[in-house]
Amino acid sequence: MLILTCPYCGIAAEETELAPGGEAHLKRSGPGSSDQAFEDYLFARTNPKGVHFERWRHVYGCGRWFLAARCTATLEVFGTYPAQTPAPPEDILQKIRARRPGWERPA
Amino acid sequence: MRRYSVFAIAREALRWHQGWERAWASPEPRARYDAIIVGAGGHGLATAYYLGKNHGITNVAVIEKGWLGGGNTGRNTTIIRSNYLQDPSAAIYEKARALYESLSQELNYNVMFSPRGLLMLAQTHHEVRGYLRTVHANALQGVQTEFIGPDRVRQLVPIIRLDGPRYPVLGALYQARGGTARHDAVAWGYARACSAMGMHILQNCPVTGVRSEGGRVTGVDTARGFIGCDKLGIVVAGHSGQLAEMAGFRLPVEAVALQALVSEPVKPCMDVVVMANTVHGYMSQSDKGEMVIGGGTDGFNNFTQRGSHQHIEETLRALIETFPMLSRLKMLRQWGGIVDMTGDRSPIIGKTPLGNCFINCGWGTGGFKAIPGSGWAMAELMARGEPGPLAAAFSLDRFREGRFIDESVAAGVAH
Ligand SMILES: Cc1cc2nc3c(=O)[nH]c(=O)nc-3n(C[C@H](O)[C@H](O)[C@H](O)COP(=O)(O)OP(=O)(O)OC[C@H]3O[C@@H](n4cnc5c(N)ncnc54)[C@H](O)[C@@H]3O)c2cc1C
Ligand SMILES: [Zn+2]
Repeated sequence: MLILTCPYCGIAAEETELAPGGEAHLKRSGPGSSDQAFEDYLFARTNPKGVHFERWRHVYGCGRWFLAARCTATLEVFGTYPAQTPAPPEDILQKIRARRPGWERPA
Repeated sequence: MRRYSVFAIAREALRWHQGWERAWASPEPRARYDAIIVGAGGHGLATAYYLGKNHGITNVAVIEKGWLGGGNTGRNTTIIRSNYLQDPSAAIYEKARALYESLSQELNYNVMFSPRGLLMLAQTHHEVRGYLRTVHANALQGVQTEFIGPDRVRQLVPIIRLDGPRYPVLGALYQARGGTARHDAVAWGYARACSAMGMHILQNCPVTGVRSEGGRVTGVDTARGFIGCDKLGIVVAGHSGQLAEMAGFRLPVEAVALQALVSEPVKPCMDVVVMANTVHGYMSQSDKGEMVIGGGTDGFNNFTQRGSHQHIEETLRALIETFPMLSRLKMLRQWGGIVDMTGDRSPIIGKTPLGNCFINCGWGTGGFKAIPGSGWAMAELMARGEPGPLAAAFSLDRFREGRFIDESVAAGVAH
């Protein structure tokens, strides 16, 4: 079972207490954007077999959204951080690089 | 290829079964093929088969990272139906269902197609209205379905409980020629027929890179070196994102785990397929007597072929309400497959940004039933370079153009 620590209330929550919310750090497109930009925002996904950044919500806890860095091939969790963070924080990136030498964040 | 027949069995019985040929060859790769298909699941193998059968292209390799049929094709619950709402879906799934009817004869391989009848239970008034709409749509599409009331459901499924406290059975969408087939045999039958046409099936040979020049694929890097090709077909289900990344484009696809499980074998008690979409469970009985049960997908990206435990619990909790006898059964095995989910939950069969590279993916939780039709359409696309009528609506650019094939909303469920 996947266990993620909520960065707000500090609880190590089992996945039954959480709701997954899809890929994190997507670039939002608004009115006036091109069809291509909308396709990228709404549908195109990185879908890596390995390190992934995701949105989660602590639904049966404090109810707040947060972000998680996780490996989709092993379910290893590298860390969680608040939803308002525009890009993965440096300490999380360092943890990932320590566990996955040579890993680079896809452009 | 020596044909299987009653005479072959008699002949072999007389010589201690020493004369059976291997079903398919394991050749050394050539330096170049007219067409390479990545992925020897049902869809990849069927694509190769119809490239040869319908279009005369037989200098073909199907390259597989594991063993053929070891992906979702060998992990699914084998439900076959074509009672879809949208016209493009009904067309390709009904084409596939119709091909399944004579596939054993066509391939000279028993795929055990069993059109035993399939019910999709209506357990809310909303579902009743939805299925009535589907029945009318199916009538216009030439797909034979009917809406049946609770009494008829009880006749077809004696073990069902119609008056459950939460979700009483109000009727069902019934497709009499829906059913199941043996999943492994579908992959094996196509593989044997491809090998007999001189095609190469290269197993244990992961594709690790896609090489291109001036917007066209020149070949693929594999565990057995570089192999050149004129045309490339990517048919790798859950790993579509990885192959697309190798080829340099992005897809509207996410990979999640879908699970299934089987019970201990019991005497025959249910000779139809029953799907209960409101509670999200579905069940059939295998020839061995096991109750074959399918559940829901995980909500997050996952490549572990396991799936989360609570989904099994949810599925069984819900099914026990409708089939009380399940509460007394021991569950025997559980497994997962990595399914490729698209933004509109319909598949993609289409061109890619690379001129001679084509992709077939996004079958998600329900592509076993589509294997013959999908292979037919993908072969047409690869042979001509343009989609035929079956594939046209499923192009990759529909997500940019907003031409969705909105089956998930329509059916409310997978499979
Ligand atoms: C539990 C479960 C239940 C299901 N139930 C049903 C059902 O009842 N009815 C139904 O219609 N559908 C069902 N499905 C869906 C169905 O199984 C799939 O849609 C279908 O089998 C997909 O076939 P495929 O050939 O596209 O993929 P697969 O059979 O997964 O084949 C893809 C192949 O590509 C190979 N591959 C991947 N990467 C590479 C690489 N880099 N190099 C070389 N090869 C590679 C894989 O090893 C694999 O063998 C179910 C799926 C699951 C998991
Ligand atoms: Zn919390």
